Amino acid sequence: MIATLGATNPFFVNLDQIFVLLRNWLVGFLPAVLRQAAGVLLGVIAIVCVFPGLFALTTVFERKGLGRIQNRIGPNRVGPYGLLQPIADGIKSLTKEDIVPLRANAAVHFLAPLVLVVTVFMGFAVLPMGRNMVLVDMDAGLLFFFAMGAATELSVFMAGWSSRNKYSLLGAMRAVAQMISYEVVLLLSSVAVVMITGSLSLPKIVAAQNQYTGVFPHWYIFTPWGLAGFLMYAIAATAETNRSPFDLPEGESELVAGYHTEYSGFKFALFFLGEYLAMFSISGLGTTLFLGGWSAPFSFLAWVPSWFWFFGKVMLSIFVFIWMRGTLPRLRQDQLMNFAWKFVLPFTLLNLLVTALWRFMGEGWARWVVCSAVLIAAYVVMGRLEMRSEHFGRRRYRYAE
Amino acid sequence: MRTLSPIFYLLAALTLAGGLATVLLKQLVHCALAVTVAFAGLALLFLQLDAQFAGFAQILVYIGAVAILIVFAILLTHGSDLPKAGVFSKTWALGLVIAAGVFAVLGWAVLASVRAIPQQNTVPTVTVHDIGNALVGRYVLPLEIVALLLTAATIGAVIVAMHEKERPR
Amino acid sequence: MTSPLAGYLLVAALLFAIGLGGALVRRNAILVLIGIELMLNAANLNLIAFWRFGPHPEALTGMMFAIFSIAVAAAEAAVGLGLVIAIYRHTNTAELDKIDRMKG
Repeated sequence: MIATLGATNPFFVNLDQIFVLLRNWLVGFLPAVLRQAAGVLLGVIAIVCVFPGLFALTTVFERKGLGRIQNRIGPNRVGPYGLLQPIADGIKSLTKEDIVPLRANAAVHFLAPLVLVVTVFMGFAVLPMGRNMVLVDMDAGLLFFFAMGAATELSVFMAGWSSRNKYSLLGAMRAVAQMISYEVVLLLSSVAVVMITGSLSLPKIVAAQNQYTGVFPHWYIFTPWGLAGFLMYAIAATAETNRSPFDLPEGESELVAGYHTEYSGFKFALFFLGEYLAMFSISGLGTTLFLGGWSAPFSFLAWVPSWFWFFGKVMLSIFVFIWMRGTLPRLRQDQLMNFAWKFVLPFTLLNLLVTALWRFMGEGWARWVVCSAVLIAAYVVMGRLEMRSEHFGRRRYRYAE
Repeated sequence: MRTLSPIFYLLAALTLAGGLATVLLKQLVHCALAVTVAFAGLALLFLQLDAQFAGFAQILVYIGAVAILIVFAILLTHGSDLPKAGVFSKTWALGLVIAAGVFAVLGWAVLASVRAIPQQNTVPTVTVHDIGNALVGRYVLPLEIVALLLTAATIGAVIVAMHEKERPR
Repeated sequence: MTSPLAGYLLVAALLFAIGLGGALVRRNAILVLIGIELMLNAANLNLIAFWRFGPHPEALTGMMFAIFSIAVAAAEAAVGLGLVIAIYRHTNTAELDKIDRMKG
């Protein structure tokens, strides 16, 4: 019975393509020469409305989630179960006074949040959010995404420097150093996916994962190199978006608020928006590269619309981000950089080698065994090498005399 | 013969404005941000010329790495303290004359000789696949040499900029 | 100036002249390096313009040259800025007028 509700059933096909059909219907009212531009404009409007809406939902999701992890309730006054909290937050940040320090560099101080939000929004243009639902299908889509990510770092520096505040500058320097270190890891772990797919175009990467052997999907996370790559990508993504446990640049107990200390009101809301949008963007890329994008987890679930799977996977990643924030303690800056350059980067390079091995060993069970063995051995060896200087033993107490 | 589109004029103006701002502004960090604008304008010009890979590589490398390097170097050398004698050197007039002379020669060369080049009007379709094939096919030697160069440059830059260990006196 | 190639070449020439002017006119060592980067970028623009409007764009020569040039320029910027930082540590200044220990 479920097989007859398969993906070829016209009702489910229409449901899957409902946004594309809606756009085509709206654009059909215009003369032919304006249709393409209007289609793109509608796509842009959709992205600009949907993702900030998701951001509002995520802020309350995060505060409730963190609250439950920390054994308290979280916001519960505004609306049922506190779900209308974002509206209160929005009104608050829009009506707060916009304070600009007297000696701050006014032009750069104003431009920094704008540059951040614009470059982060550009990253959404290449994410395939459903079957046929990518805004711009670029041949070098992945490269465009990383180029936009690289441009984000400069806005962080602009914010920190223009405030003429030592804490802001320190926070900005730490944030930029962290972001450029983990950017290398992010790029290299995606290169493994590109090697196997043979294309930088994100819709093609999703199409390559949208196949099923029996019931199970061909997502890259279910291969040894894919799992290693996904873990490295997840670590790098957490560091790129300055989330816990890598949030020293904006740690409240350390640096007041890091590079956005001197921002208040709407500009702070823009920074907040930019940070969460970067989280969505990077989770979207992670699901596209490793978790199969919009493809369903089992072949008999292919009738569920593709956009539901994409957004479901993105929200699952956000849930994992929130979980990590509530659970793990913060890493110190030097521990963080050590970790990046001495463990994660060599492991990612080894992952590239293992991916090449996978590709050239041909089909069969042999490549699973060999690749998994190499990765596990490397993980154990590198971990032991890094832990040589740690002394594990009974806890020793030193008391003040 | 195709003519220049208005977008080209806009992008050219943006790039040149960024370049001029870089050499004329007093505060070093402002100069670094202006040069980033120039890099962005150039990347857009590359995209206008249908060189997508080069355009995105320009954004990724120049804005994402070189601009940040410049900014870090400015901060580590305390560039915010402006020199008392002004930001322009004593022989600035001579430098201006030389630059103007170079532009005059280049401009004359361009305008006098461009008729001799056959103008290509079809848009070349270059996929990343083609670039990849070229890199490991025809251009594999330059690729390996650039890899060696980048390794040497990385190690060299780290050693040059490292804090020296205190020698026991 | 009706042909598009001439337009791009003139923009590249002007950007090169601006970079050269910046390298010659400013005191700070970092600005000289920035001027050099502008000159390299202008040369890249020249390369891509000739690739686009030249006779054999499918040979990809211009694009490859530009990509290698971007890589080499980044490496050179890294080494140059490392040198400026090292000099600053020794002489406590980054102004080229003051770094004249080898003179006289």
